[in-house]
Amino acid sequence: MTTQTTAPETPGTPAAPAPAGLIGIPPHVGRALAVGGGALTIISTFMSWTWTSAFPGDLTVYGYPGGLQVLVLIGGVLTTLFALAGYGVKGLKYVVPSGGDAALKFAALAAFATAWYTVIAISVELGGVVNLDPGGYIVAIATLAAFVGALALPFEHPAPDPIDPDDSAWEQFKNRSSHKWETVKTAFSARPPRPVGKLPTYVEILVIAVVMALGLLVFTYGIGTQYDELFVGFLITAGFGFAALNKSGLVAQATEITSRHQTITVWGAFIAAALFPFTQTDDQYATIGVYILIFATVALGLNIVVGLAGLLDLGYVAFLGVGAYAAALVSGSPSSPFGVHFPFWAAVLVGAAASLTFGVLIGAPTLRLRGDYLAIVTLGFGEIFRITANNLDGTSGPDLTNGSNGISSIPDLNILGWDLGATHDILGFAIGRFANYFLLMLLITAVVVLVFRRSSDSRIGRAWVAIREDETAALAMGINGFRVKLIAFAVGASLAGLAGTVQAHVTYTVTPEQYQFAGPIPPNSAFLLAAVVLGGMGTIGGPLIGASLLYLIPNKLQFLGDYQLFAFGVALILLMRFRPEGLVANRRRQLEFHEEAEAPTVLSKTGA
Amino acid sequence: MTTDTTTQGTTPGATAPGQVVLDARGVTMRFGGLTAVRNVDLTVNSGEIVGLIGPNGAGKTTFFNCLTGLYIPTEGEVRYKDAVLPPKSFKVTAAGIARTFQNIRLFANMTVLENVLVGRHTRTKEGFWSAVLRLPGFHRAENASRDRAMELLEFVGLASKADHLARNLPYGEQRKLEIARALASEPGLLLLDEPTAGMNPQETRATEELVFAIRDMGIAVLVIEHDMRFIFNLCDRVAVLVQGEKLVEGDSATVQGDERVIAAYLGEPFDGSPGDDEAAEVDAAEVHADAPRDAAPGKENDR
Repeated sequence: MTTQTTAPETPGTPAAPAPAGLIGIPPHVGRALAVGGGALTIISTFMSWTWTSAFPGDLTVYGYPGGLQVLVLIGGVLTTLFALAGYGVKGLKYVVPSGGDAALKFAALAAFATAWYTVIAISVELGGVVNLDPGGYIVAIATLAAFVGALALPFEHPAPDPIDPDDSAWEQFKNRSSHKWETVKTAFSARPPRPVGKLPTYVEILVIAVVMALGLLVFTYGIGTQYDELFVGFLITAGFGFAALNKSGLVAQATEITSRHQTITVWGAFIAAALFPFTQTDDQYATIGVYILIFATVALGLNIVVGLAGLLDLGYVAFLGVGAYAAALVSGSPSSPFGVHFPFWAAVLVGAAASLTFGVLIGAPTLRLRGDYLAIVTLGFGEIFRITANNLDGTSGPDLTNGSNGISSIPDLNILGWDLGATHDILGFAIGRFANYFLLMLLITAVVVLVFRRSSDSRIGRAWVAIREDETAALAMGINGFRVKLIAFAVGASLAGLAGTVQAHVTYTVTPEQYQFAGPIPPNSAFLLAAVVLGGMGTIGGPLIGASLLYLIPNKLQFLGDYQLFAFGVALILLMRFRPEGLVANRRRQLEFHEEAEAPTVLSKTGA
Repeated sequence: MTTDTTTQGTTPGATAPGQVVLDARGVTMRFGGLTAVRNVDLTVNSGEIVGLIGPNGAGKTTFFNCLTGLYIPTEGEVRYKDAVLPPKSFKVTAAGIARTFQNIRLFANMTVLENVLVGRHTRTKEGFWSAVLRLPGFHRAENASRDRAMELLEFVGLASKADHLARNLPYGEQRKLEIARALASEPGLLLLDEPTAGMNPQETRATEELVFAIRDMGIAVLVIEHDMRFIFNLCDRVAVLVQGEKLVEGDSATVQGDERVIAAYLGEPFDGSPGDDEAAEVDAAEVHADAPRDAAPGKENDR
């Protein structure tokens, strides 16, 4: 279009629209509403919301919050804090280094969504709003008021693109709606936070400890949710609550501090994870914990192959299977054709070596392929492993794996006299079978994290990334592409095999059906890849978080049932549309996908 | 990094002047029925800057790819310091030939420093176990590589941007980074494929200085370029490639004065005065106006 057509309408440069809220309420009223709503939300969570303790959980008690009320309470506290910070209350400016308004909007949204989800669930499930106690009405009104108040806060509106009068109605509609979307996005966005000043080292370490404790708390709470509604509420609150903390700039500041002390952070995360079994009173949730850890470890191993070297491996679960079968065969199980019982260290070596061998055997012929072809071939090899394991039953082939029955009754491990099958008392905490295996698996995870961290920041890691970026240029720089890719493949395979050796003992039985391409139970190849992509490629935290979510969601939300895979498909599509770099963004990747963003162009720490 | 900049004078890949660094004999490259490069001989001596010019599609880049192991010549052989080049491009780099690409091929999502560090790959040995176990030599080798990489970045003038992503550099600096990355592999011969394409005159001048400085480090340079002023300022010798064959080779004056070169770029000049041919043809046609024509009407003007 020409500029002439719009010149009469917008003489000179259009003046930036005056700051205003999304909703036409005066800002000072909005802020007051937010503070009042937040405070009232807090109070209401101490009241009864419904008359029966049958659904959802026990929300009938006056005096203390329970179940979903705790989640709403957290949302209410955050709302009140951020709203008060907007009044410039002394001491609260440290809570909002990026300005509190966007954070307030998300916090109010967290409280609003969780509260209304609860209220609506009660009304629908128990049949009508009559089932609500006064607390229920109050929380609904309070959170709504806080949210409306938060939306009334002023922000700088983006200038609209000029509309070309020659455009068709559809194009004008698109232009207007994209401007509306931009406006909403701006309403929820914050300026970059001020950098953290130099703090005394012990304060920074304390901050890291608090962050780790918070992480452990959130994880433990999520894993311990007892019923569907509570877990949905947990997801809503955790999601919007994290967004609120992110917009307040606290997350960025915490990241800045943790990146100053990377070694301490890694150790802190390790200790926090090791403390998890001590927070549990029985083995029920430690079971979930150990399965998540196995899944996450294998996903992290896959991240070396996919995230660093860029080799799309769709049959990765086969290597987990090879390690598990190898460990099961030498475990002294009665269904193993070998009547040997190796000590654990030897079994681990056998498992890793078997996976390494298979990795090299499969990698050597296939790694000459690039891109999609490699993905198809690895997919095929993954299936070949499963079918072969199915057929080595003595009738279709030599008797090795006991066919579809698998190798069962794998005895519990006994490491240096420590029987992992028995319950032990440590400092008064009962550490059961799965908690034992959780701690053992954590050591394996630590090994994988160590390998990932160290190899990615070295000559070999740079060669992997170079191959991923541009194979021809990498070859021209003297990198032996085939060799380097084979190393990545073999390392990934061995790490999966390592996890497999523990998995065989945790599950008692190893069957071919555990190692499918896609299935309802993780880990399988499709879920492993999904965990890597969802979490964030090339990061350590990404696959760990991705795997936790992908394991917990189907495990907790039983009602999803058959729609689980469909739901994941939708979730992945949405994620790839709105956050292609994954939940945990590698700073490098973030720059890659959001070129136009105001992201800093300097990576202060190489190997981010 | 060390302040000892004299190390630049004694680059590890450098050779004594006068020695033959690159010796290509009878290089022919066929793709099916198409002969892209036919029987080309070319030598590059140490301390020399040799230019390779030719019209588009003359086979310059194909010839380059033959020299760097990306293609294996159908016939002929390429020797680098008296040894036949291995047939893999990464082995060629290890032997001492580094190159840049016509369309910049940086590792876009790595930092500037990391790009140069990748170039150090062939000159370092630390493998996977060394990286994981952090054996004693690891940090020493890593620090040495970083120092050398920073030295090279300083040399091309990008030291202040070491932590930037390569993709965020302006075009001219990406070219410089590609040269620094190639230099990191400590080559005895550097192949530059159109190093000034898309540059403004100032940037071209700067590149010229850079190439001279590289020559002064003792590295022989072979450069493809379309910018004639750049080539003739820079090169000790220029070879002209036309339709896959070497037309002429010599110093700037020889090449610039050669009629075949001009013909290759501008087309055949007219002999005699313009219009003579046509006039003669018209005359002939008038003379034979009655005679039966054996040529088809479309071929009338064929000479």
